Amino acid sequence: MTSVLGAPVLEVDDLSVTFQRKGEKPTRAVDGVSFSVAPGETVGLVGESGCGKSVTSLAIMGLLPSRGVKVGGSVRLEGQELIGAGSRKLRSLRGAHMAMVFQDPLSSLNPTVQIGTQVTEVLLEHRDMSKAEAAAEAVALLDRVGIPDPRRRLKEYPHQLSGGMRQRALIAMALACSPRLLIADEPTTALDVTIQAQILELLKELVVDTGTALVMITHDLGVVAGLCDRVHVMYSGKIIETADRHELFAQPRQPYTGGLLASVPRLDAGRGTPITPIRGSARDAIPWAEGCAFAPRCDNAQDDCLTEVSGSVVPLEPDGPGRELRCRHPLQYPTAPSGATALGAAR
Amino acid sequence: MTAAPSASEEPLLRVRGLKVHFPIKRGVLFDRTVGHVQAVDGVDLSIARGSTYGLVGESGCGKSTLGRAILRLEEPTAGEVIFDGTDVASLKGEPLRSMRRRMQMVFQDPLGSLDPRQNVESLLSEPLRAHGLGGGTKGIAEKIRGLLDAVGLPSAALRRYPHEFSGGQRQRIGIARAIALEPDLLIADEPVSALDVSVQAQVLNLLEELQERLGLTYLVIAHDLAVVRHISDVVGVMYLGSLVEQAPADDLYEQPLHPYTRALMSAVPVPDPVVEESRERILLAGDLPSPANPPSGCRFHTRCPWRQETRCDDEVPVLRELAPGRLVSCHWAEEIRDGVLQPKSAEEVAALMGVSVRATGAGPIETDALVQGVDEPVERR
Repeated sequence: MTSVLGAPVLEVDDLSVTFQRKGEKPTRAVDGVSFSVAPGETVGLVGESGCGKSVTSLAIMGLLPSRGVKVGGSVRLEGQELIGAGSRKLRSLRGAHMAMVFQDPLSSLNPTVQIGTQVTEVLLEHRDMSKAEAAAEAVALLDRVGIPDPRRRLKEYPHQLSGGMRQRALIAMALACSPRLLIADEPTTALDVTIQAQILELLKELVVDTGTALVMITHDLGVVAGLCDRVHVMYSGKIIETADRHELFAQPRQPYTGGLLASVPRLDAGRGTPITPIRGSARDAIPWAEGCAFAPRCDNAQDDCLTEVSGSVVPLEPDGPGRELRCRHPLQYPTAPSGATALGAAR
Repeated sequence: MTAAPSASEEPLLRVRGLKVHFPIKRGVLFDRTVGHVQAVDGVDLSIARGSTYGLVGESGCGKSTLGRAILRLEEPTAGEVIFDGTDVASLKGEPLRSMRRRMQMVFQDPLGSLDPRQNVESLLSEPLRAHGLGGGTKGIAEKIRGLLDAVGLPSAALRRYPHEFSGGQRQRIGIARAIALEPDLLIADEPVSALDVSVQAQVLNLLEELQERLGLTYLVIAHDLAVVRHISDVVGVMYLGSLVEQAPADDLYEQPLHPYTRALMSAVPVPDPVVEESRERILLAGDLPSPANPPSGCRFHTRCPWRQETRCDDEVPVLRELAPGRLVSCHWAEEIRDGVLQPKSAEEVAALMGVSVRATGAGPIETDALVQGVDEPVERR
């Protein structure tokens, strides 16, 4: 999956995360997830709540608690294995080589510490800088992400900033050491649309300028359509479809992807344009070991989706150039795609 | 689905000059009022019977307060709320209570708005008992079964508690509770924003189906413009406590007239890469100003890409009819529509408003422009 952009920054191979509490049945939140991200590439992990997209990102960053959690597989950042790495090593990588932006900027910032202190903390930890140099760099960083009057903002506390400004401050902290990998977990979900547009534009620009590899975790298909180069759709802990964004939106193959696109009201569709919901909810999933987790909600489902076939789960298989698919009965399109045929393209 | 309201028919709900101001208190011993948050500041709107009015705007624009003030869940500071010929804003006691039967609300967070210790049967029978409806235990039981059926829940749900349901099912319970009293008006405040994408569509379709079957009138409050367009006949756009534009849904989306509506529309991502690449974004400078201290003149002038030298800063625009059914509060709406006036970039707006424009760095110009801000932190409660 390595593109012409160069050696991948991040390679995730067969990652699995299992939560187990004493005396309870283990829950597998992430199940055999593999993907890679090249420099300057934006990869989207898309799915609804509970599909394992956020746990994937926490596992990559090594932020999951060690008790009651089993992480398997391999995560390599520029060739270095992260799974099983010591906490000191992870600490030296986090912030410097990989960074993360979370959904809720208010709870990711320390409310009792000035913005300036929180930004310079990263610089003092990872870069050989004096306090004065760090302060100057912090001003430059805040300016870089578009916070007006950065010198004054350094002395302020998180509650004095608006939501969009806080998210910008978090992005500034994430960028402080020019990380090779940036993971953004629903960075705009808590923001208004006009502010969301500003932040997305900023992220886009940063990827182009710095060549950072960006992993974008979101449930919003609109955000994916505007930002991501490649998209992985997740359901119940597994990647079920992978494609370039153009192909994914024009011809989704997994019925779940198609169903998602058909169930979202679109701004450019007229009043009363029918939307087709996916029946049931994510709670209706069956374990992957017993067939396809999406089968109970799927209109295309056949007997072999609901039962174990030859003792193996539905595999993620290549599906045309650059695409992968986990489905036994995918959506079909006429062979010559003359005009928009897919659900997503129907306007 | 719903016929256009005839001019002769009295609208079900008419709001005139509605204001809701919240006092800002300071001081230890004496609560001095040092100012007011003008959450809703002079809103006029009317909703025809059997139609859906969609109210959109960003957080803090006052759309939820407006919805709550119509139901008298917030006390209006001034103005009239005329529901089916009666001014709700002046009602008290028993008349208010019985009027409330006819207007119900569906809340955003279905878990937070359902009592966790009541099972579904008790949740649904409570409003019926409170208003003395349903005709005794037997009648109520029958009625509840009908309600569950109407919102697509199995009758086995009766003995279960809210935490046992998924988000979509909980919202169905919330809707069943709201329609239990056979109201005329249903105010839905962000009815689907807490739900997963695949489930949102189920609830939206349910709302439409119920409207058709029961002849309900809806006021849908939402921040998601695509959802509002999908469900509404008429859409009102709010900014800092006032309506800036109101139009039939499709007209508004085909040709937004107010600069704020234009910016809002262009900011909404569309799940289609082809559309996304060809669209022009109107990026606004900065954040929403504080509603405790709104800008003078047109409230949008601090962020408006079309702001002019005259009128915008000091003259408050009124909501006026530009074309049949199309109301807009902008001094320059005609000129903007006809392309006589051209928008400035966000950078120019920021510079005009006296915000320092930082030295151009490595980034391209247009992206520099968007990150300039007229900063005024939004007060959050």
